[in-house]
Amino acid sequence: MSTNQNNLVEVRGLRVVGSRPGEPDTTIVHGVDFDVSRGEVLALIGESGSGKTTIALSLMGHARSGCRIAGGSIRIGDTDVRALSPKGLASLRGRKVAYIAQSAAAAFNPSRAIIDQVIESALIHGTLSKRAAKAKAVELFRALALPEPETIGRRYPHQVSGGQLQRLMAAMAFITDPELVILDEPTTALDVTTQIDVLKAFKRVIKEYGMTAVYVSHDLAVVAQMADRILVLSDGQVREAGATGQILHAPAHPYTQSLIAAVTPTAAASHTEAPEAKQQSRPPLLEVRRVMAGYGRKDARGWPSKLILSEVDLSIGRGQTVGVIGESGSGKTTLAKVIAGLVPSAGGSLLLDGEPLAGDLDHRTKEQFRRIQIVFQNADTALNPVHSVGRALARPLEFYHGMRGERAKKRVTELLELVRLPASVASRCTAELSGGQKQRVNLARALAAEPDLILCDEVTSALDTVVGAAILDLLRDLQRELGVSYLFITHDIAKVRAISDDIVVLYAGHRVETGNRDALSTPPFHPYSHLLVSSAPELRAGWLDEASERCHRTLAPIGPSADNPELCTFLARCSMRIDGVCNQTTPSLRTLGNGAQVLCHRSEADLIRFQASPAPATLAHVERA
Amino acid sequence: MNTNRPFPQEARPMNNSDLVQRSSALPPGADRPQPWGGGPTPPPVRPARRRSLAARMGLSTGGWIGFAMVCLALLVAVFAPWIAPHSVGAIVTPDVFAGFSAKLPLGSDYLGRDMLSRIIYGTRLTVLLALAAALLAAITGTTLGLLAAVAGRAIDETMSRLLDAVTSIPSKMFALMIVAAFGSSLTLLILTAAISYMPGSYRIARSLAVNISALEYVQVARARGESAIYIACVEMLPNMLHPMLTDTGLRFTFVVLLLSGLSFLGLGVQPPYADLGSLVRENIAGLGDGAPVVIMPALAIAILTVGVNLLIDGLPHRGRRKVAPTTDGGH
Repeated sequence: MSTNQNNLVEVRGLRVVGSRPGEPDTTIVHGVDFDVSRGEVLALIGESGSGKTTIALSLMGHARSGCRIAGGSIRIGDTDVRALSPKGLASLRGRKVAYIAQSAAAAFNPSRAIIDQVIESALIHGTLSKRAAKAKAVELFRALALPEPETIGRRYPHQVSGGQLQRLMAAMAFITDPELVILDEPTTALDVTTQIDVLKAFKRVIKEYGMTAVYVSHDLAVVAQMADRILVLSDGQVREAGATGQILHAPAHPYTQSLIAAVTPTAAASHTEAPEAKQQSRPPLLEVRRVMAGYGRKDARGWPSKLILSEVDLSIGRGQTVGVIGESGSGKTTLAKVIAGLVPSAGGSLLLDGEPLAGDLDHRTKEQFRRIQIVFQNADTALNPVHSVGRALARPLEFYHGMRGERAKKRVTELLELVRLPASVASRCTAELSGGQKQRVNLARALAAEPDLILCDEVTSALDTVVGAAILDLLRDLQRELGVSYLFITHDIAKVRAISDDIVVLYAGHRVETGNRDALSTPPFHPYSHLLVSSAPELRAGWLDEASERCHRTLAPIGPSADNPELCTFLARCSMRIDGVCNQTTPSLRTLGNGAQVLCHRSEADLIRFQASPAPATLAHVERA
Repeated sequence: MNTNRPFPQEARPMNNSDLVQRSSALPPGADRPQPWGGGPTPPPVRPARRRSLAARMGLSTGGWIGFAMVCLALLVAVFAPWIAPHSVGAIVTPDVFAGFSAKLPLGSDYLGRDMLSRIIYGTRLTVLLALAAALLAAITGTTLGLLAAVAGRAIDETMSRLLDAVTSIPSKMFALMIVAAFGSSLTLLILTAAISYMPGSYRIARSLAVNISALEYVQVARARGESAIYIACVEMLPNMLHPMLTDTGLRFTFVVLLLSGLSFLGLGVQPPYADLGSLVRENIAGLGDGAPVVIMPALAIAILTVGVNLLIDGLPHRGRRKVAPTTDGGH
């Protein structure tokens, strides 16, 4: 390719190596070429370790410690980035190239007001006077749809929400009118419902200011909304490059195809062995009845000061999967911990096989411990770094089944085989395994107890899409082979639909909807479920505009709420609220035609009418899958 | 104490080296966590146990100097009877406060005894006393700290407040009081030093243990129904061992200084035994004559304490430790 005047960024043969003294360099990025033309958004997509962030950082002439840019050329406008002195680089960064990182919370100094940090780079580079910079910042706040643009800058970072902080960081990057903006997974740490707002704001500002951007992400569905062109990376090499539409609809490279396949998890094969008949006679495996739980000191009624779960009901049958979905802070993890006994319940009861299960650890029997196992989200901290894999797996064998020596060793091998890991893993240290392997070991450790129920707390959230999809498949296979039940906790509606029989939607510790998988695929939903469903990014361009329209209907104005703690918790965000009803009386649980139970005042007909237009989002999704 | 990084920092899933390693298509290397966290040198392809001791310790230059000084002190302490040219109490020359000579390399003291032998035996006593006291303090402190972390709120609160009260008594005053009340003996000195430094050790152990007990592998163990003792000893203790060892080293220095101070005041080790502190005191009269022997025991104290400090500072930081490299193989 010859030099094109229209290209802002030209990268040729970029090689980045990691080096440690006394050993040969490891190549992280193998000769990558790409261009970004002015006003274009290029997405770098790949799994962790594919080199996407390394490439993005090299555009600023930066390599992380232990790495260095070993070859190739990077040209931004008419600047040769590799030829710049440290001083030249300093004037490039923040001025011509700006960077928006994944964690806004870590990028702000908690002890200074936001506005001072936002305008800092303009002052350092001397592009604007302090007054002009402040005016520009307010203008940017407005463009990014931040509340109270005039005064939000006076707040401190802990006084705004995560999604707002992410947008404020964007304002920080945009303040110097950079020619190139690098967005490094800016929405990965956010809830889907917040993600929409942030994406929409970013998209608008990029369009409005005609900015050139490089968007780094592992999430194809998000990238589909933002990018004009996509560069698919794996192992530091470009696998495929093309326009967004082509990559999404006609992926040429097998790796891209596998990525796209992993984004749309296939629904579980319908359970042919209808367990209904058996269930009639026997109580469900686990029943959770009106459980309350929370943290902090207990008051006179025995309720904790901060109530996380209030009156949650749940029932899990044998060999069944119940999905629990909700935003962060909705009490999903607390629910799992209450069932596991890690957080004592303050009210309600737990029944295992119809027998009462104590709310705290001290009063449970070993047998009850054995039957309920928990697998945590963060595979890295869920395995003790000083124990080998074999030791981690052998402990539950010895603890519950008294298995030792050769027998235990044999069983460890079997367990590893069950989770599709080679037997040689047993002697390895847990720190030597990848995230996906660790999560398999976690599962194997839970299986070692031969449990009836495994509580899966966001088990795939910290993993790459492809690896996560493999774990999901594994869970399904294990259920078929061993008949184990799952409580599957996630914030991802696609995953929960793929694996669950029944789905429970939690909002602020209240169960707002319960239904089977089909009920949660098409309207009517509870308004909150509807928000969740329509916030989940879909793999088609143009979804963002539709969805933001759907999710951002103006809220009906309502009067002050009655002094009733039992009011609908979703009231403040609900687009279907009714003045005089929702803010006055407690909603009651009603059963809809499709069998789902919702906690809402609206009638079924109302819900259908509200949620049907525009065209149901889920339909397109289902057809694609 | 910058070496006392709490454990969670190293468990951070994404550090730079992690990314670096994950992108390589090589099979997972066997980069074991090493005793002191592995500095910048360890090659990832060879198993750790075959690496040389030097590479495994990953000390900085200052660390090596400190290491040499500590080794010297330890060797002297262990082999004192064999390397000392004279016995402790033997008066070898009529010449008091003699200068350095071929016969008496460090001169003679106020009674005409060989200073080199006195210092060698003094080092032995100081090192043994301080080591015993520091270990005693660390072991009780760690045990109580772990107990506080697993035993529940009431025990934790009671123990923490009680030990805070002990901390509030200045250690030298406390030691003076004990010696004044019970007289001076070696056992009592060890106990006094151990009691003075135990609360600090407890504080550090407790904070480490509280951090670790929030980690998910401890939660998993609790949900498995494991006893508190199992959780404390098998799941938690191994993960706090390194910071605790570092802390013990520092505490050792403090104990050396405390004991030397007591001996200097005449309340510590009693004649005919002498530790480094009492050697300084005995020969204080030589100051007027400008005798060089006065400074020798002080130098020995300095070598011991500075050496331990250099060694601890030279240890590689835990935060920089490599999280093991892997590829997402097997999927």
